[in-house]
Amino acid sequence: MRITCPFCGERELGEFTYLGDAKPVRPVAGASEGEVFDYVYLRDNIAGVMSENWYHGGGCRAWLKVTRNTLTHEISAVEPAAGVGAAKVGA
Amino acid sequence: MKYSIFSLARAALSGHKNWQRTWRDATPKDRYDVVIIGGGGHGLATAWFLASEYGIKNVAVLEKGWIGSGNAGRNTTIIRSNYGLPGNTGFYELSMKLWERMEQDLNYNSMVSQRGVINLYHSDAQRDAYARRGNTMRINGIDSELLDLAAVKKMMPFLNFDNARFPVQGGLLQRRGGTARHDAVVWGYAHAASELGVDIIQNCEVTGFVRDANGKVTGVETSRGRIGAGKVGMAVAGSSSRVASMAGLRLPIESHVLQAFVSEAIKPLIPNVITFGAGHFYVSQSDKGGLVFGGDIDGYNSYAQRGNMPVMEDVCEGGMALMPMIGRVRLLRQWGGIMDMSMDGSPIIDKTPVDGLYLNAGWCYGGFKATPGSGFVFAHLLARDESHAEAARFRLDRFRSGAVIDEKGQGAQPNLH
Repeated sequence: MRITCPFCGERELGEFTYLGDAKPVRPVAGASEGEVFDYVYLRDNIAGVMSENWYHGGGCRAWLKVTRNTLTHEISAVEPAAGVGAAKVGA
Repeated sequence: MKYSIFSLARAALSGHKNWQRTWRDATPKDRYDVVIIGGGGHGLATAWFLASEYGIKNVAVLEKGWIGSGNAGRNTTIIRSNYGLPGNTGFYELSMKLWERMEQDLNYNSMVSQRGVINLYHSDAQRDAYARRGNTMRINGIDSELLDLAAVKKMMPFLNFDNARFPVQGGLLQRRGGTARHDAVVWGYAHAASELGVDIIQNCEVTGFVRDANGKVTGVETSRGRIGAGKVGMAVAGSSSRVASMAGLRLPIESHVLQAFVSEAIKPLIPNVITFGAGHFYVSQSDKGGLVFGGDIDGYNSYAQRGNMPVMEDVCEGGMALMPMIGRVRLLRQWGGIMDMSMDGSPIIDKTPVDGLYLNAGWCYGGFKATPGSGFVFAHLLARDESHAEAARFRLDRFRSGAVIDEKGQGAQPNLH
């Protein structure tokens, strides 16, 4: 698996660290126990195309949103994750 | 078919041409008292314990491929019971005791070899942690010995003792740990379960659950038709989320790929199972002579049953740091299996919120050693509708209640367990 970082170009997998599914969103303060439980512990664990958070620690140190197929490891899109990095490239 | 010295002699005299099939490849009936999804070690062990211990013999094991084609055939065959937390300690020792009598129980040679498992330590802090774990084991009646450097040198003179960064200082040894022949474990349970009337049904993929008006599971839809069931047990670690989703459940599990490796066969070298405490590397030598080893999971969600190069490099670096003389040994095979990585690193054996559906999941990359124990306690749950005492903490609701069993203390980040 090689990931084409939008800032650095195509790099080998060893430069990247995986966080996980990009879908869960941190509940707001005061959210119910059920919402927090769901966010912290439950996963869709998709077999197929999944949107994920990766960190390019061996390169630009930006967070990336990678669209990847968990059945084949095929990567269809890599975008800057929402934040400062994304703002710099206007994404 | 009963195996003995006499059956062996009879078969030898007839040129080994008259061996009978050791288990029946069954065709599905309309209905069973219990249907187990997953023909791996855990599923087959569950079926055998249901039939032998709990008197429930109208049981089917459904396997989408061939039995033992999943993680039961993809592990590094290590057995041990060196866990430190309440819940794990007793359960894995129950499993170890069942390993010790497995061959007599099943009338099948599963090649259980108690050659010892040693976890090396490389710092004072790690020694203290292992001493504590060893004490926990001994308090619970499990054998463990804390070895100093001299004892480790005597036992394994071939290790690299000149590593300045990660010097071997000693190790925690469990002599009753060791290895077992993974395929023979699968076939042993299949053999013994089949003898008691359990139907083992291959090439039978579950495609959905049959529910009654109250939502209770009353059967499964499969690639070989509908099969009715009094109760349905899932033992499909690696694919638990996929199967559970057919019943509308979301689980505290991510599926990750773990790689394992075997080298070309060499003369007897490694007498036991060794783990390198300064990295993540574990190794033993198979009876054929190959070095069987592995390390960390790759770290990203995957159902692909294959991994990537960075972990291969990391594992081989661990091996080279520990025993540089294996550097000229060639790698023969490498493969991947899909792990049910749970949110606390411990398994789940419990009823589900869906009536009639029972869950055996979340084994992370420690499922093989648990095979007999898992089968026993899951059979208990299915037969009695209550948890076995040694599995009472493996609850599905522990993540909600906070009673997690996090042996490594990593929190809810499955790829770090």
